[in-house]
Amino acid sequence: MSTKLVPTPAQTVGPFYGYALPYEKDNELLAPGSPGSIRLQGTVYDGSGQDVVDAILEIWQPDAEGRIVQKTGSLVRDGYTFTGWGRGAVGNSGAYTFTTVNPGPTKPGAAAFISVAIFARGLTNRLFTRIYLPEDTEALANDPLLTSLEPERRKTLIARRDSDGGLAFDIRLQGEGETVFLDFQ
Amino acid sequence: MRRRVTAPQPLRGQGIALETQADLSAEINAIGDAYVRALKDGGPAETQPRLDYPPYRSSILRHPTKSLHHTDPETIELYSPAFGHQDVHALESDLTIQHNGEPQGERIIVAGKVLDGDGRPVAGQLVEIWQANASGRYIHKRDQHPAPIDPNFTGIGRCITGPDGSYRFTTIKPGAYPWKNHLNAWRPAHIHFSLFGTEFTQRIITQMYFPGDQLFPLDPIYQTIVDQDARDRLVANYDHSLTEPEWALGYNWDIVLTGPKRTWTENEALGADSDEE
Repeated sequence: MSTKLVPTPAQTVGPFYGYALPYEKDNELLAPGSPGSIRLQGTVYDGSGQDVVDAILEIWQPDAEGRIVQKTGSLVRDGYTFTGWGRGAVGNSGAYTFTTVNPGPTKPGAAAFISVAIFARGLTNRLFTRIYLPEDTEALANDPLLTSLEPERRKTLIARRDSDGGLAFDIRLQGEGETVFLDFQ
Repeated sequence: MRRRVTAPQPLRGQGIALETQADLSAEINAIGDAYVRALKDGGPAETQPRLDYPPYRSSILRHPTKSLHHTDPETIELYSPAFGHQDVHALESDLTIQHNGEPQGERIIVAGKVLDGDGRPVAGQLVEIWQANASGRYIHKRDQHPAPIDPNFTGIGRCITGPDGSYRFTTIKPGAYPWKNHLNAWRPAHIHFSLFGTEFTQRIITQMYFPGDQLFPLDPIYQTIVDQDARDRLVANYDHSLTEPEWALGYNWDIVLTGPKRTWTENEALGADSDEE
């Protein structure tokens, strides 16, 4: 696609977003304990394996039936409307948590995934990645993005299933096991 | 709502804080000169910041070492979350009326348009800003820079873009402030901007700067963008037509998101399906 205007450059989110971007229930796409709700959790690591304690993540996903929701109310949540979007700052340990649902496939046979944007001090531009569900191996084997990756790198995009039914997904900004980050240009 | 605050981490290695501005400026200038030479030799213009920019020390262990993997956006990535007026109160765009008294400093109006790469207005989308106060202090318990906290200024604003992609904030001109990248490091005055487009791929966080700031060449964060034309896109224009008599100075700053990948419809131009109220 031809682009006539040059996009505005990004800059780091910096360290002091903590009083501005987080808001009440930002990481609760559904109220914890709601039927069908799961916990999505993980840790963000830097190139030395240290927890990144000033990262902030956003997730954006279809609902459990694979519908792309276009409902308002992500910033002032009413407790039951699923808007598909959430924001979660990492805690002191570098861990993040969301309460959400397993995303459904947006078309039959497609691999379901959660889209993620990662921001942090020291990160000059947001990074995009995807969190795929581990179970549907046939869909994963046919996914256009996953099949374009080496097996070792492909693994970095597939979540683990926790014993409580939740999803675990760590993000490594650099180094061994570096997460695959995406470019949509 | 204040909650979870995050903090800058101590820099790795005892020696880093002893590096001077001259040391850092030499690194910044060497990278800049190499870029200008490459450009003259027919290299591509770089329109975004470098993820790997060593003079910004915090980027050293936080930039991916592998190339970003090119992929075509699919399904959810071709849409953006919807925001409506239930999410944002109209008063949130005036940062000078959030407390019982007038904040200290130079009152300003910052206004502009959010456009996509094809020049179309991005309507009905969320714009969030945050900034230091007039003395260069953030309301953040780990910002211990000895400048006064302003009890009448928090420095947070939000608005939803209008049908023509326009946004407008009333705020206070932020001050420059010191940080610990190196000895005597100061950030140019800036306002952080967070923007959504009509697709998740257009999501961007950036910073707006003020014209004529003497700190631009010295700042490793501003200089993560190595191309002068690209850097200039982050600097607002003083706009006397926005200035209001005996009230506030005006600055204009337009923001261009990446081009859309999805087929665009008339409803989206009007923001008609972005607010269900």
